[in-house]
This record gives sequence, C-alpha cells and structure tokens, in this order.
Amino acid sequence: MNEIKPTRTIGVPQPLVDGPEKVSGKALYSADFLPNNCLVGRIFRSPVAHAEIIRLDISAAEALPGVRGIITGEDCDEPYGVLPIARFEYPMARDKVRYRGEPLACVAAVDVETAQKALDLIKFEYRELPAYFTSSDAMSEDAIDLHDHRPGNIEREVDYEIGDVDSALKDADMVLEETYNCPEICQVQTEPHAAIAEYDAERDYMTVRASTQVPFYVHIMLAKTLKMDQSQIRVIKPHIGGGFGCRTECLNVELMCALVARKAKGTVRLVVSREETFITHRGRPETDVKMKIGVKKDGTITAVDFQVIQRGGGYSGYGVVTILYAGSLVFGVYNFENARYKGLRVLTNTPPPGAMRGHGTVGVRYAFEALIDEISHRLKMDPIEFRRRNFLSAPTFTANDLMINSYGLPECLDWVEKESDWKTKKGNLGPYRGIGVAASHYLSGASKSVNWTGEPHATIHLKLDWDASITLLTGAPEIGQGSTTVITQCVAEVLGLDMTRIQSVTSDSKVTPKDNGAYSSRITFMVGNAAINAANNLKQVLIEAAARKLDCKPEDVECLGEVYRAASQDEGMTFEEVVLAALEGSGTITVKGNYDTIPESHGTKKYRGGAIGGSMAYAYSAQVVEVTVDPETAQVTVDKVWVAQDVGKALNPLSCEGQIQGSVWMGMGQAISEETVYHKGLGISGSMLDYRVPSFIESPPIEVGIIESIDPHGPFGAKEAGETSLSSFIPALTNAVADAVGVRPIDLPVTPDKLMELIEKRESGQKAAIK
Amino acid sequence: MSKKNHKTLLHCTVNGREHDDVVDDNTLLVDYLRESLGLTGTKIGCDGGECGCCTVLVDGQPRHACLTLAATCTDKDIVTIEALEVQGRLSALQRGFHEKLGAQCGFCTPGMIMAAEGLLRENPDPSEEDIRQGLAANICRCTGYVKIIESVQYAAAELKRTGKEVAA
Repeated sequence: MNEIKPTRTIGVPQPLVDGPEKVSGKALYSADFLPNNCLVGRIFRSPVAHAEIIRLDISAAEALPGVRGIITGEDCDEPYGVLPIARFEYPMARDKVRYRGEPLACVAAVDVETAQKALDLIKFEYRELPAYFTSSDAMSEDAIDLHDHRPGNIEREVDYEIGDVDSALKDADMVLEETYNCPEICQVQTEPHAAIAEYDAERDYMTVRASTQVPFYVHIMLAKTLKMDQSQIRVIKPHIGGGFGCRTECLNVELMCALVARKAKGTVRLVVSREETFITHRGRPETDVKMKIGVKKDGTITAVDFQVIQRGGGYSGYGVVTILYAGSLVFGVYNFENARYKGLRVLTNTPPPGAMRGHGTVGVRYAFEALIDEISHRLKMDPIEFRRRNFLSAPTFTANDLMINSYGLPECLDWVEKESDWKTKKGNLGPYRGIGVAASHYLSGASKSVNWTGEPHATIHLKLDWDASITLLTGAPEIGQGSTTVITQCVAEVLGLDMTRIQSVTSDSKVTPKDNGAYSSRITFMVGNAAINAANNLKQVLIEAAARKLDCKPEDVECLGEVYRAASQDEGMTFEEVVLAALEGSGTITVKGNYDTIPESHGTKKYRGGAIGGSMAYAYSAQVVEVTVDPETAQVTVDKVWVAQDVGKALNPLSCEGQIQGSVWMGMGQAISEETVYHKGLGISGSMLDYRVPSFIESPPIEVGIIESIDPHGPFGAKEAGETSLSSFIPALTNAVADAVGVRPIDLPVTPDKLMELIEKRESGQKAAIK
Repeated sequence: MSKKNHKTLLHCTVNGREHDDVVDDNTLLVDYLRESLGLTGTKIGCDGGECGCCTVLVDGQPRHACLTLAATCTDKDIVTIEALEVQGRLSALQRGFHEKLGAQCGFCTPGMIMAAEGLLRENPDPSEEDIRQGLAANICRCTGYVKIIESVQYAAAELKRTGKEVAA
C-alpha cells in the first residue's frame, strides 16, 4: 500500500482558481451583463467646478420618447460615505456642485443615442462661486467654505507629538529638511466603473451587480440612499477588473444606477467612460510633505518632524483616514522615539481622492527615504548601512504603539544588497548611470474596522454535502489579487485535501457571509485566519464522525486528507465514507470560522485617531533600482529592479511575486510619469494616453526575493503581499537618479523637463563657481 | 435615433462562423461583437484606442475593435478570445497566462492574449524585446508586465516543443 499523505498546498505556487475563466474570456465583469430588456444609464455632470444650483430643468429630457426615467439630486436626500463621521456627499449634487464633473442627474433610456440626447436636453442654471484648485488657495484667508461645517476648508487637522522632538533635534549632529510634492495619482484599473441594477417593482426588491471592492459597504449605502430595507437588497460582485483602492468605498455610480432603475421600474446598466472613471477618482491625493530628520554622527535617527498637506477634493471620502495614516505610519520601519506631525486634509474644487494602494503612506515614505539618503550621503555612510543602524528589534511596540511581532527588513536589505551587486555598483556605474535603495512597510489589515459593529473581522462558511465536495462561502471580494485562491489554499491545507475538492462561492450578499471588503490588505491575514478556523472546525466534525465509525476516541483518529484512520496499520475510511458518516443524522453540514484582532494591535491612544495605523502585522520591503539618464533629454530609464519583501510566509509564492512586481511597477509609474492634471478644475489627463501609465516599453525586469519572517499571528505566518513594495520604489528611483547625475529630484514625477532643469541649474551653478 | 442611421449588410466570419447582420454604419466592431453576438470576452477599457483591451484578430492581424467600424469588416475573418480554446482546453497561450500568472484581474487579458496570438503567428520565436514591442499597445495595470512576458515565452516554448502552430 502506498504511503498516504495529506496534500500540501501552502507554500506551493498555485495558479489562480479563477484563472481559466479569465484567460478564456468566460469571466463576466459588471459590463458583461447584457439582458435584453436592459435600459442604458447616462450621467449628466457639472460643467463648472463650484456653483450654487439654481435650477435643473429635466422636463424636455423627460418628454423625449425612449426616456424611461431621470433622477436628480431631488430624488435622494440621504448622504453617503465610507466614514460614519464624514458622510456629506450625495449621489447627485443638491445645493451646490463642488467639482467639475460632479453628477447632477442620471438618465435611463432605451438606448445610448436616446440617453445622450436626453442629457443634451437638460438645462442647468447655476451661479458660479470662486473655485479653489490647490490646497493653498482653498486655505487662503478670503476663501469661502465649500461646506458650511468645515470652516477654512479644513476637512481634518491632525497634530501629535510623541517624545520630545525639540530637544531630540537639538541633540542631533545633523538636521536636514526638505519639502516634497507628490502629484495626484489615479488607480487606472483597466475596468471602467460599471453597475447593473435590477429593480423588481412587484416585490420592491433591488439587485445590484457592481465593480466594487466593498460589496458590503455598497449594500449599506444602497439601503441608506434608496431608503429601502437592507433585507430587500442583494449585492453581487462579479469579476472585477482591478481596484487598487478606488473601489474601497461605495461610488456614486452604483447608487445612481439603483436609484434610476427604481425610477424607471426596470433594469439599468450604467457603464461609465474612462474619462468619467478618472473623474470619479478616489485615487491618491496630491500631497506636500515637509520632512525634517535629525541624526547622530553614527547614523541613528533622533527625531522626525514632519507636515503633510493633502488636497482632498470636494468631499470627505476616506480623507480623514488618509491624513491619519500619513501620520501614524511614519513609525514602524525604523527605530526612533521622537516624532511630531501636523497633517492637514484640505477641501478643494477637484474630484475627491480616496484610498489608493499604500493608503496614506506613500508620500511620507518617499520623503523619509529620500531625505535619509541625502543624510547618509552627507555622513559619507552607505545608505544600506545607515538603515541598519536604525533597525527595530521585534517583537516590539513602536513609540506610537504599533505592534510588531515579525520584522524581516534586515533580511530584505541583505537580499537586495547581494542580488543587485550593490557594493560593486554603488558610485561606480559611470556617468549617467546610478543605483538607489529604499525601504517601506504596510499593514496587514486595519485592526479596527471603519464600521464597527461588534461582529468578527472575518467570517467563512464551509458547506459539506453528500457528494464529498466542500463549498467555500466567502464575502471576501476577489478583485484579481488572488484572494479566493489563497482562502481555498488555507482550507485545503488544514484538511490535507487537494484544492479541487473545494469550490468557492464569493461575494453575493444573499448567499455568502458578510465581509468588510478588499482593502488595507486585510484578506489574506484576516479571512485567511477565518478560513483556517473554519477548516479546523470542519476537521473536528469529520474526526468525530470517523471516530464513531472506527470505534475509537477522536484524539486517536489520524487525518490524512483523503483517508482518516485509527492507527497507522488501519486501512481507515475514505474521505467520502467519513463525509457520509458525518452527515448521518445531521444532513448537510455548514461550519463557520471567524477571526478577530487583539486589542494590543489597536494602535495608540496618545492622540485622537491613533487607532488608524494599528494592525496585527506589518510587511516589509527593500528595493534597489538601477537607472540610466539620457544626457541629451534627461529621460530616466529604469534598467532593473531588485525587490525583497517580507511577506511573513508566502502562502502562494506565485501570487506573492505577481503582487510585488505589480506594486513596484505601480510605484514606478508614480515616480516617473503619472500625474493627474487639471486646468481650472477640468481634468486634462482623463485618458490613458494623457495619464501616462507605463507601457511594456519602459517597464523594467523586476527580480523578486521573498523573505519569510513567519508572523506569530498570521495565517501559517503570512502577512500582506500586495501594497508594501509600492512606496519604496519611488525614493529608490530618486536616490538612483541622484547617484547617476549628482542632483536629487524632489518633486514627482521625475519627468525629463523637471530633471533637465535641475541638471542645468547645477551646471550653471558650477560654471558660476569656476568663474 | 438608430432607426434613421444608414445601415450596411455585414457579411463576415467570427470565430469560424459566418454571419450576415445588418449593422448601423457607426457601429463599432467591439459593440457588434459584445452586444449583437454576445461575445463579451472582448473588453472595453477606455474611450478609444488607449488600452488595447478590445484587441481581436482581423484577417490574422491584431486590431483595436473599438477603433474598427463593424461595417468595414465585410468578408473579413475575425477571431476573438472565445475561439482560442482547443477542444475545450486552454490553448498554449491561455495556459501560459494561467500558469505563469499573466492574468491577475483578467480584464486586459483577452486583448493581451489576442495581441500575443497575432505576434506568435507572425513570429513563433520572439525575443523578450519582440514581445515588448508586439504587446506595446496593450496596457496591464496589475502585473508590471513581467509575468505577461513569461506567459508568452511559456507559450512559444510549448508550441515549439509540441510542434504546433499557435492557432492549432
């Protein structure tokens, strides 16, 4: 008899469980639902950035044959928003419009042409107000308030001082300061926003499919804005063409779709254009970071004093969280005790940004890592060595009470130093070639959820039936990050079964357990742990059933995946036999598993909002970037990237690699070419040609090293894999450019015109010095 | 209104099946494929010619279906992602994208695979640079392209090993 072994799936590269559908064109995304009787939705948007609404006349549009329903701000007086403390936005503007492109009305018509014609018949009368397109204009003394309840256009001010910054700066041997500008970034996920709402007038029941990362939040907001009973709503998330954060709050697209479907008493498909997807925005805010760092001669950091101003757009969105993350997550990469932060989230007449990959941390991490590179340069210390002088020592709590139990940054830096041949290359690559290094971290799920209900952070159901298959029911939104695969792996691993025994049903609010959503890198950690818990519960049921049949104690049953036996000599029972034994007297079995964070991970009480930043575990990344700068054009070419990330444990090494490469590359776009530009509030980068997402041509090879620090709380030791490596690319690039050309880019993106200006300035300075 | 639009009788072959359909002269090929034929594997990711998600083969050449009027496809042979499977199994390219994680969210994938299909038909043994050039009109926002290149290389090697044509 062959030796029977449980199947191992953790740590083995696994193609995605939903991969075959994606590569064959069978995967259905929201816009792929095309029922015959479906109406077409189109949005009427504000042509001005800031105005009082005097009149919105839809009578001519309503009278147009083929128009089945039009809704305006009059149809919905319930505000929506992700944070209970900051819900001031309506699906369509009511009293004022606050950014160009803000929705005012939504039409449902029999076809596109009719819907478009109806939009042309809507008359909008308004009184224009002064509009503010930069944070400083919005904060100027004579600026009027966008919202009456936000005086001075300050959405949120965050202030903290931890330790004694002034005396620590006094004790420092060197203090450097610099101000960095990071432009507004869009996710540009390849799928434009789409929703399809099916209203059943007979039952007063609403079914919505939408391109969202947070079906649960969408469900809550649909009930709120439609003023419908939550039980009369069903939200289904089909396949999703990426998100990167812009879909981590309910968007006006799905709300308008449902509102107009109810008005039209039918099914409406609302697929917005790429330009409208840019306008819907919820990307990374334009961020100004003033960073001051003090160090001792030996390179140890004594204090960090920094200020952040974020251009927050016309509404709150995630703004409060973003400005809090920017403050709290300065901690956690290096060891220092003294920090002072002032953060300002400003309301402006631009589309509202939101939570983008690396939420809140990217601008600050860029500034920090760029400035310490300059400091180590002036100290004549190798920048990797400088970072080594400032390592944390896990397990520990940072000065702002972030709980750190695993810390693989030293190994990450060792890996990139060795693999990039750093020691040989640094300073020796020749003219116009350079190499730079940086580090970063990110959380594995926010320990306190934004909508606190007292429920566990994650719940998984496993249904076991007579056919001996396991159906995994999860609300966790698969958005392409591979979450369904990793959850399936967790269940398969615990039960010792091949993954093919497990089929998943995901994100259908009437079928799957509630899940908070795909954001803050929470799924692998939280839902993974819930899946392990559920699988252990199911295993216990199976072991007890086997024990009854084998006439032994449960603790004497050995689970080998496909075989359960009482002693190693025993032939035991097949999995199918155990399942039938378990179903005797009980019928189909559904077990559940939960996960909750521990209070120690809930952040600090030292300042208001200090819970933001708290996580059960932090992943770490280091990367080395090698560049060439064209002497004629100052165009930066990224030749190669070496990146190492401490993912705790690589549950699916293939997916970890893919996520890390994707993060690095997204950081590259932000570093060298991406920028959301407005002219008087009009987006002028609202296409994928004007908004420069890197193509195949300028994208470098990215070599990935996976470091496994095995976090004590992580599922099999795992931490997050999909966000950490974004932010460190940016300073690694500017540090490499500084190494290549001797001038340090400060403002992003590092475009040829900006860099050429810096090079010319230095050259004219040198000439002046020679004269 | 569409009733008044000038129309063309379109005769074409889509995925090996002949079609005779009346189309408005302003109907885009991508809308014809998705809405008239129900071939929703071909995606729309932009407002026209920016992302490559709608790439299909027209007479063997990769084309943006969003920049092609359906009426201009008379007597043309059109191939979409739905036709690549071989006897219900993934083609070498599709398997490459699946096994090597060339697809994460999967939205750019049909267009990316069709562009790669066009490339491999022309050049069965492409260098990394050939792949980069051949797929340069297609944007992916998930992968950083690294694993897409590996996926195409996997397919090219697999086709070489089995001695099959790409569209076998």
